[in-house]
Amino acid sequence: MTSVIEVEHLTKRYRDTIAVDDITFAIEKDVIYGLLGRNGAGKTSVMSILTAQNFATSGDVRVFGEDPYENGRVLSRVCFVRESQKYPDDAKPPHAFATARLFFPNWSQELCDRLVAEFELPMRTRIKKLSRGQLSAVGVIIGLASRAEITFFDEPYLGLDAVARQLFYDRLVEDYTAHPRTVILSSHLIDEVANLIERVLVIDHGRIIMDEETDAVRDRAATIVGDTAAVDAFVAGREVIHRESLGHVSSVTVIGTLSPDDRRRLGEAGLEVAPVSLQQLIVRTTQHTDTARTEGAAR
Amino acid sequence: MIEEGRPLFLQIAESVEDSIIDGSLAEEAQAPSTNELAAFYRINPATAAKGVNMLVDKGVIHKRRGIGMFVSPGARDLLLAERRTVFADRFVEPLLDEARKLGLGADDLGQLIRERMTASHTDTEGPAR
Repeated sequence: MTSVIEVEHLTKRYRDTIAVDDITFAIEKDVIYGLLGRNGAGKTSVMSILTAQNFATSGDVRVFGEDPYENGRVLSRVCFVRESQKYPDDAKPPHAFATARLFFPNWSQELCDRLVAEFELPMRTRIKKLSRGQLSAVGVIIGLASRAEITFFDEPYLGLDAVARQLFYDRLVEDYTAHPRTVILSSHLIDEVANLIERVLVIDHGRIIMDEETDAVRDRAATIVGDTAAVDAFVAGREVIHRESLGHVSSVTVIGTLSPDDRRRLGEAGLEVAPVSLQQLIVRTTQHTDTARTEGAAR
Repeated sequence: MIEEGRPLFLQIAESVEDSIIDGSLAEEAQAPSTNELAAFYRINPATAAKGVNMLVDKGVIHKRRGIGMFVSPGARDLLLAERRTVFADRFVEPLLDEARKLGLGADDLGQLIRERMTASHTDTEGPAR
């Protein structure tokens, strides 16, 4: 595997706040990543630093093996679609696309034109006057049509309805298949992107708490439901990340793939197993580390 | 179509296997490509490729350079033998466990299975036609 991005001991502080806390990771070439985490977890800080739009407090960042700061060789191969991208006041969509075309060597005008039609983007309206969804469409079109070797999408879907989001996901997979490249997709709509991302990176409180192949975590956790005593007997010795009870019925989420033998024991004990989606797994894992953090601080 | 809680590459491989077992994908016929599977199930192409590679490793499908993927001769028999073992583990074992508790022997089970098969046969064939 070739890495296109290497980050070592990266830290970003804003006055008293630590946004990124000594993280080390690598991004492999031609893989679609999901960069997931709560608001304020540090996702945008990391992406801004990797695209040289912000400075690291300390640590080392290499993009294509080079320092990205004021480095035209690197930056023309990287596209960053920001959630809050600013455009000049009088700019209309064609101006934004023409600028992108000059900047990105792999730009596809054909793909751009097709996406403009599919997203039904008004080309004669000033970008300032576009709706939130149309503004997002401008970013998505630039991100896809630039065919940059590394493309960051920071919550690119704001204001896009379900149909437009599906269009984005479908075109992303389609164009990625024809023109493989590295994509880092930051999103809160985890279940929507779960099947598109090959690897998942989860950031929580400025630290990376998950860096894995998405398919490998699909059976990583399970929720066991049934009589509390029977559930407790089964989950004893396993890592519990969530527990809910109602009367004498408990629903407990445990980490660990269930073996055929486990399933047999569950059947015999009359317990039910519910699958845990990537979204639920991340929510539970994040809550779990939050609780551990609060308890650690209280001690 | 896609279930939560199980790796996608396994589900993709099983969907192709199911088509071979039920005969809709004949031996020597062209199998769906990685890209077709990725587009149809709306999943990452690398994950679809992992499922396809698993089938290649098993000898269920093979690649013809420059043309595509094809179902290998003998693939159906291979899969049926594999599924038979899985069936025994997943369904027959628990059935036998429960039968032992109830004191049912092999003859009693055979009798029960024949009764139910006749009943469900009449159910599906009877009013529907």
